[in-house]
Order: sequence, then C-alpha cells, then structure tokens
Amino acid sequence: MTTAGTTDASPLLEVAGLSVHHGQLQALHDVSIAVPAGQVHAMIGANGAGKSTLLRTIAGLHAPTAGSVRLDGRDITGLRPERRVAAGIALVPEGRRLFPSLSVEENLLVGASSRRTGEWSIDAIYDLFGWMRDRRRQRAAQLSGGEQQAVAIGRALAANPSVLLLDELSLGLAPVVVRRIYATLPQLAASGMTILLVEQDVSQALAVASHVHCLLEGRVTLAGPPAGLTGAQIEAAYFGVSAASNGNGDGSPPGTPASAGPASVAPAGSVPASSVPASSGPARQADQPPGVHI
Amino acid sequence: MTWVNAVIQGVMLGGLYALFACGLSLMFGVMKVINLAHGDLAMVAAYIALGVVTITHVPAVWSFVLVVPIFAALGYVLQRTLLQASLNRGVITTLLVTFGLSVVIENALQQFLSANSRELNIGSLVSDSFSIGSQITIAYLDLAILVVAVAVLLGLQYFLSSSRSGRMIRAVADDREAAQLSGINYRHVFGIATAIAFGTVALAGLAYGMYTQFDPTTGTTALLLYAFEAVVIGGLGSLWGTLAGGILLGVAQQVGAQYHAADQVLAGQLLFLIILVLRPQGITSRRELA
Ligand SMILES: Nc1ncnc2c1ncn2[C@@H]1O[C@H](COP(=O)(O)OP(=O)(O)OP(=O)(O)O)[C@@H](O)[C@H]1O
Ligand SMILES: [Mg+2]
Repeated sequence: MTTAGTTDASPLLEVAGLSVHHGQLQALHDVSIAVPAGQVHAMIGANGAGKSTLLRTIAGLHAPTAGSVRLDGRDITGLRPERRVAAGIALVPEGRRLFPSLSVEENLLVGASSRRTGEWSIDAIYDLFGWMRDRRRQRAAQLSGGEQQAVAIGRALAANPSVLLLDELSLGLAPVVVRRIYATLPQLAASGMTILLVEQDVSQALAVASHVHCLLEGRVTLAGPPAGLTGAQIEAAYFGVSAASNGNGDGSPPGTPASAGPASVAPAGSVPASSVPASSGPARQADQPPGVHI
Repeated sequence: MTWVNAVIQGVMLGGLYALFACGLSLMFGVMKVINLAHGDLAMVAAYIALGVVTITHVPAVWSFVLVVPIFAALGYVLQRTLLQASLNRGVITTLLVTFGLSVVIENALQQFLSANSRELNIGSLVSDSFSIGSQITIAYLDLAILVVAVAVLLGLQYFLSSSRSGRMIRAVADDREAAQLSGINYRHVFGIATAIAFGTVALAGLAYGMYTQFDPTTGTTALLLYAFEAVVIGGLGSLWGTLAGGILLGVAQQVGAQYHAADQVLAGQLLFLIILVLRPQGITSRRELA
C-alpha cells in the first residue's frame, strides 16, 4: 500500500460535490469531505440527515447523481462495492448485518474474501477482541449486540482496509459496551488506518475524532476539529435551530452557520436523550452541551 | 406386507423426487429464484443424454459424465445473463422469465424432437431386482437412484458447510449486501449456485429418463409439480427437509396407489395440502441453507 507516505496535500479519502437521491428524495446535497491518511473523522447529524447514505455511497452501495469519490487520488465512483473492498474501503454497516447462520469465524473468513494482505489476520482480530477466539464456532445470531458489533468490526478488519467506515457503532448498545467498543478505535488508528465514523452520540464522536463534520438534511453544516467548535455551534449545526429561531433565511444555512449564537433557544425536549453525552453517567459533566469535554 | 412394500417403494421414489427438488430448493434458498423451467430443464438433460448415447454409443448410465458438466456450465451462463438481468428488475420479472423459458423449452422440444415418448435405454438394468421375503421386491435402479440422491445431498451439504465457495454461498444467501461489503461478487456466487442446481437437475432428468418414459411435456406435467411439493413439504431452502419432503411425497403416492391405483397422485396432493394448512413452513422449519 502506498498510503503510509501520502502527503497531507492529497487526502486518502476524498468526497467531492456528492449528491445522492433515493428515488425522488435527495438525501445528500453537494457534500464534500476529505480525510487525510491515518486520521479519525466523525460525521454527526440527526436521524435522517443522510449519514448512512454518505457512508453507503462511499462503499459503493448507492450510485451518486453527481460528484465523485476518490481513494488515494484514484476515482472509484464507478466501482462496485466488492471492488472497493479490494481497493481498500471497508464499511461496518448500520445494524451490524452479520451473516446470522454463519459462525463467528466464518463471518471473519468471509470478511477476508478480497484477499488483501495486511496485519489483520484472523488471529490478530482474535487478539484485539479477547473473548472471540473461544467462541469462534458459535453462530453469529447467538451473540449479544455488543459481541455482534465486535464481530462486524472484525469482519471489516479482515479485509485489511486502508479506510474503515463505521456506521453508528453505538446503536442499541449499553453505554458500558459502547465504551468498550470505542476503546478499540485508538488501536486501529495507531495501526495507520484511516477512519470515518458516523455517530449520533455526539460526545462519543467528539472524543475520538480529530475532525468533525455535521450533516443537516443532506448538507454539511459544520466542519472542523472538535477543539475549535463550541457546543452552541454544534447544536445549531445539528438541529438547524439558528434559522428557525432568528426567522431569517430558513433553508439557506450553507457552510458554517455564523449566527449560531442563540442556539439555546432549541427546545430542550427536542434533544434526543441518547445523543446527549452524560445522560447515562452521573459521574460525568451533567449539563454541558456536547463537545466541551475532550 | 404389501403395505410395507408400498412404503419401501415410496421411499425409493422419494429419492428421485428429492433429487429433482434439491436444485429448486438451492436456487430459492440462495437467490429467491423460483425456477418454473426446472422440470423442462430436466427433460432437456434427458434429451441431450439421448443424443450423447446415439452419437458416442456409450451406455446410457454413463451419459451423466458429459451431461452434468454441460448443464452446470449452462446454469452459470444462464444465471450471469438472463436470470441476473431479470433479478435486477424484480421478483415478478424473474418468475415470468422462468415461465417463459419453460414454454420455450417445451415447444422447442416438441418442434424439433417430436412429441413421441422416449426413454434412456439401460438394458436389463431397468428390470433387474432382488427380493426380500415373498412380498418385497427392490429394483436395482430404484435403489441406485435413492443412493445417488442421498449422496448428492450429502455432498452438497459438505460442500456448503466446509468449502470456501460454500461459505460464500451461505453468506450471500444470508445477506447479499453485507456479502458485497465483504468483497464478494455475489453475481459470481449466484452463478456457482445455479451451476450446482443445474448439475443436480441434469442428474435428476437422467435418472427419470432411465426410470420411465418421457416426452416434451413431462417436465411441466409431472416433474415440476412433484419437485415443488417435495420442497414445500420439506421446508423451503432446507436440504434435509427436501430429502424428507421427497420421501414423504413418494411414500404418500405409493401408499395411495396401494389403496387404489388411480389415487397415487391424489394422495400426494392431499399430503401437500395438509402440510400447507397445518405447517406452511414445512416439516423442517430452519430458514438457513443446509
Ligand atoms: N434505501 C432508501 N430508500 C429510500 N429512502 C431512503 C433510503 N435510505 C435512506 N433513505 C432516506 O434518506 C434520508 C437519509 O437517510 P440516512 O439513512 O442516510 O440517514 P441517517 O443520517 O443515517 O439517519 P439515522 O441516524 O436514522 O441512521 C432519510 O430521509 C431516509 O428516509
Ligand atoms: Mg444511519
């Protein structure tokens, strides 16, 4: 792989001007993001914002109506999903999507179908998730949600991707389990893997990512390193409240919303409980807006 | 004792039905394709065998050496072209395409090979038999067909559970999109599954041609229906269910015939209807392959 020495001038994964339709509905509008090699980027946004559509389009499951996807400078927009795996892109899909009738080990072996070589042998994956080796003969359908998520990550790793796409790892999992799953990400990043993850749990996303992109109704409304973003900015970009509260130019919040000030006007009830960071743990900062602790 | 004999004959007939049904079951299990041309394809195999025997003069029992690989190749090509194209357009299209295929095959056979009944001549093998006691007579051919059916199902089971290709077939059957995300070209895997299904239907067609007479309409009037009944009785997509379904159907038919010769087919249909009402998922309810 040539990824290691890539200069930061050319990102490893580059999405440019991407528009995607589901039938009549336009799910993505002119989305552009660039992820340099070895970095962890996070995509946040409310339900239906288009996060999964973006990852699935990068993986090749949806054909864009405009725009391009580039991997290490190579245009892969027309490539089939299986060819993109061979090129180095692996997606852990929303809802895990394991092969339920296959054993844990068979799921991993299928993940290695592209025959890309690299450090992620089946053994290395068993080393990453300690419990897995002993239970490799168990059917995937018999595992708990957290275990299934780990196998789903393992299956993607087995393809030895240079870019790993993760769609809502925390979906339906208990906070403890989520923390355990996320604890493996630094190890992956340290191995040089480039990661783009989608997360509704904003604090989780901000904690692991070096760069955050916020999607709102198919448009990127905010992007930058977490340290440079205020909670109010993120909240505004996430819910699109600035336009609603000010009554000015609704439907035209392109780029970073400058008028993100009165974000607190957002009705508290509209904040999904699961997406607010500390709602589950009394030990952490209780009432801070997302993104302040990092 | 005659009833015991009827059951034994039924079990052996069930082997033939299971052989017919397993290709149908595999194609449904992997691709959700209901192949209405299944019975006609078996007839095509029997007619090709006739041609092979006429040209090469090899004994009919050995015709499978040529016909099965030809059919497997045909299955792969047909899946990658016509069937895949129809799948991309939706389930109904696929059903209509296989129905059309059935009509075309049947008419082509009638047009070019006449509507006369034919058989694959295997000499005295067709009537050779041995007896157990005074009431039970077992024909070598019937027994051989049952053995072949069980061997095919065992082999298929082993292939699906233990080989790399088998694992990919199961993965694609479980979740086609997730298989793509794992780097699998599912179209190729569909092709492999269809090649196997076509290989087994060729075997079934040859077995039938040795077992009894056939003509261009046999595929739709008898074979497709029995194969369907065996699959539904056994449970869709389950190989062992298919064997059990075939055998139950065979036994029901033979026992029915024992009661009254004209009731053979009726008894099978009754069993089919009873299972549909009482246990629509089939006698084995496992969803997954093998
Ligand atoms: N296959 C599809 N067919 C039709 N519409 C779709 C399809 N997939 C997504 N959509 C629609 O596209 C929009 C974006 O959906 P998407 O799944 O990308 O959002 P998301 O940000 O991942 O949401 P969530 O947080 O709920 O997973 C939604 O309005 C959704 O209803
Ligand atoms: Mg989603």
